[in-house]
Amino acid sequence: MTRTASTAAPPDPVTKDGPPPGRRPRHSAAPSGRSWRQQPLRRLTPWLFLVAPLTLLITFTYVPVGNMLFYSLTDWDGISPDRNFVGTENYTELLTRPEIFRVFGVSLYYLAASVVQIAVALYFATVLSFDLRFRNLFKGILFFPYLINGVAIGFVFLYFFQDGGTLDSVLSWFGVSTDHAWLGSPDSANTSLAGVSVWRFTGLNFVLFLGAIQSIPGELYEAAQLDGASRWKQFKHIIAPSIRPVLSLSVILAISGSLSVFEIPYIMTGGATGTSTFVIQTVKFAFQFNKTGLASACAVVLLAIILVITWIQRRLVPDEKVDLV
Amino acid sequence: MGKKALSAALLATAMLTVAGCSGGSGNADPNETAVAPVNPDSVSGDITVLTNRTDLVQDGTMKKYAAEFNKTYPDVKVEFEGITDYEGEVKIRMNTENYGDVLLIPSSVSKGDYPTFFAPLGSTGTMKDTYRFTDRTDVDGKVYGIATFGTANGFVYNKPLWKKAGIIDWPTTPEQFLDDLEKIRDETGATPYYTNFKDGWPLGDQWTNGVGSVSCDTQASDKLAAMDEPWGKATDLHMLDTLLHDIVDRELSEKDPTTTNWESSKTLLAKGEVGSMLLGNWSVSQMRAAAEKAGRNPDDIGFMPVPFQKNGQFCATLVSDYQQAVNIHSDNKGAARAWIDWFTEKSGYSAKEGVVSALLKEPLPKTLREYADNDVKLVERSERKTAEVNAIDDASEIGINAQDYRRKLVDIARGAQEGSLQDYFGELNKRWSEARRTAGS
Repeated sequence: MTRTASTAAPPDPVTKDGPPPGRRPRHSAAPSGRSWRQQPLRRLTPWLFLVAPLTLLITFTYVPVGNMLFYSLTDWDGISPDRNFVGTENYTELLTRPEIFRVFGVSLYYLAASVVQIAVALYFATVLSFDLRFRNLFKGILFFPYLINGVAIGFVFLYFFQDGGTLDSVLSWFGVSTDHAWLGSPDSANTSLAGVSVWRFTGLNFVLFLGAIQSIPGELYEAAQLDGASRWKQFKHIIAPSIRPVLSLSVILAISGSLSVFEIPYIMTGGATGTSTFVIQTVKFAFQFNKTGLASACAVVLLAIILVITWIQRRLVPDEKVDLV
Repeated sequence: MGKKALSAALLATAMLTVAGCSGGSGNADPNETAVAPVNPDSVSGDITVLTNRTDLVQDGTMKKYAAEFNKTYPDVKVEFEGITDYEGEVKIRMNTENYGDVLLIPSSVSKGDYPTFFAPLGSTGTMKDTYRFTDRTDVDGKVYGIATFGTANGFVYNKPLWKKAGIIDWPTTPEQFLDDLEKIRDETGATPYYTNFKDGWPLGDQWTNGVGSVSCDTQASDKLAAMDEPWGKATDLHMLDTLLHDIVDRELSEKDPTTTNWESSKTLLAKGEVGSMLLGNWSVSQMRAAAEKAGRNPDDIGFMPVPFQKNGQFCATLVSDYQQAVNIHSDNKGAARAWIDWFTEKSGYSAKEGVVSALLKEPLPKTLREYADNDVKLVERSERKTAEVNAIDDASEIGINAQDYRRKLVDIARGAQEGSLQDYFGELNKRWSEARRTAGS
């Protein structure tokens, strides 16, 4: 986003920071002896602030990742006190077993769903950025699903898709009586699960888009209206270009999200009936078949795949600065 | 962040990583046997008992057991920790030393590692005269766990429903069983069999516990370690899985298996809306409770063996549930052992739950009276080679005691996934025999 109220005049960090080392402060009211003592503390201050987040980040992100990298080079079963270093054997096994990657086919359902999700979110964000009645109520309704815990969503939708459950009874009000087992066949189950995922994550995309759209200065719309631009033209020439960075972020999140789907299918079907995903499979390697080494290698490969795809995407669609004026 | 700071952070990360990897080495003495003290007053201390029965912890039943225990051992304080995802959570905790004083041995711990995690409870030679299922935790002549209880394999069924369909005798062949289920469906409109596909676990070891019921062989499970084709013609797994396939294939199970619910299935069976489920006799008391709650007669719940006979006799395997063990890092091993012994001998747990006690001298529970009356032979299944079987099972990624492979079988039977039963058996055989070669050592 450019030229928003909050980023137009960022606080200048230089003015707040201490003077560069070796130079005496210009406006120091304190005696020179004290300012000399203040120097090391001043240099230390940002680090003191950083200690807490950095400790948390290192302990809970980088150390586990480091551990995982190490495990992926062993044949550890996840519990035994001894583990053997096996080098790249786990990776060789992964790459020589194409059936492990077959589950990525399921990700296509979620990828298709995230296209729908982004479109729906964009539509509502645009509509609700204009002055509408009950605007905030609709915003709340759209964002609400994202606040619910994924496990709860899984259970709710299990009842929803049940034989004679919510979906069937709603359909019967409209005279449609289906005898369809929604989670019964791979196609139907994956589509249903992807639908749940759309329901859950549309709110997040919606809020991202809405934030971007609302940061567009109002004068632009006024000017456009004076020039006789229709709502569609306003969208095309004002809204669309200014939310491009957020859109590209959403696409990255959508792709990495579809590759690493876990919660919803794990709770609703446990990966049965062709709904298993790469992460579910990894969890089964680690906790059902006690192949922690292989599972760690799977996780590392997934991380690599997502990084590569993100890199390719950034190369194809570079994040160029947009200037509306 | 500058380059220097970044590399410092990376170094710190690396060092912490190494530290994290090398932690968890204990200094416990693997030869110190956990013995219950002779004089109950002399033992004191706090012990933590890990259990998978969260329901019994929550409704206060376990507390009552502890209070009862304290009458004999007044100075021991017992705390319970009910864990819902028992297997997953305890497995991770066992990387530390803090996994309770008494715990149920997670099935993922390989037998060879028992001496590093658990204190020995005594020699197998003497303990096998007192307890059932000692071979399950026997490592080099020492026993590391005592079964909480044992369970016999068979179908729980709704008696009035079967009678209503005109069935009086237990079916003796799979064909007869399927015909009976068909009668139930056609005569009463009830669901003859409920797979519990969604919850899954009733498709896992509940079916695999039947290995040995078909062939009437105590060694049936151990033999899997030496078999190249466990699903080959006329093997136990072949017969059982074919039966499950045919039940689903002939549309004798619930309409939409993907949204089943275990808790409500108990009520369905109790009310006679479901005809049968393959479980252990442990489930009978739960079904009776469900019947009472639903205002039905608890005696409506019956228990019958799997429909296979050997020399004109039904057989049912008797297998152990989780084994209780003492943490080798425990500071109160005496108190921990005292709890295990008291729980096994004095608590009355197995009689109350209607399951088979780990003590040989205890009589069979009431829930198995029908088995005794009908001369069903109980086969106490040997678990001597369970470790090897599990190693092959893990390597093959089949999971004979888990639900996934039978879920696929059900999917094939109801046409949700492509394939035929014979092809699937062939694939399973192939995976098993390949895994045997790699995990054979």
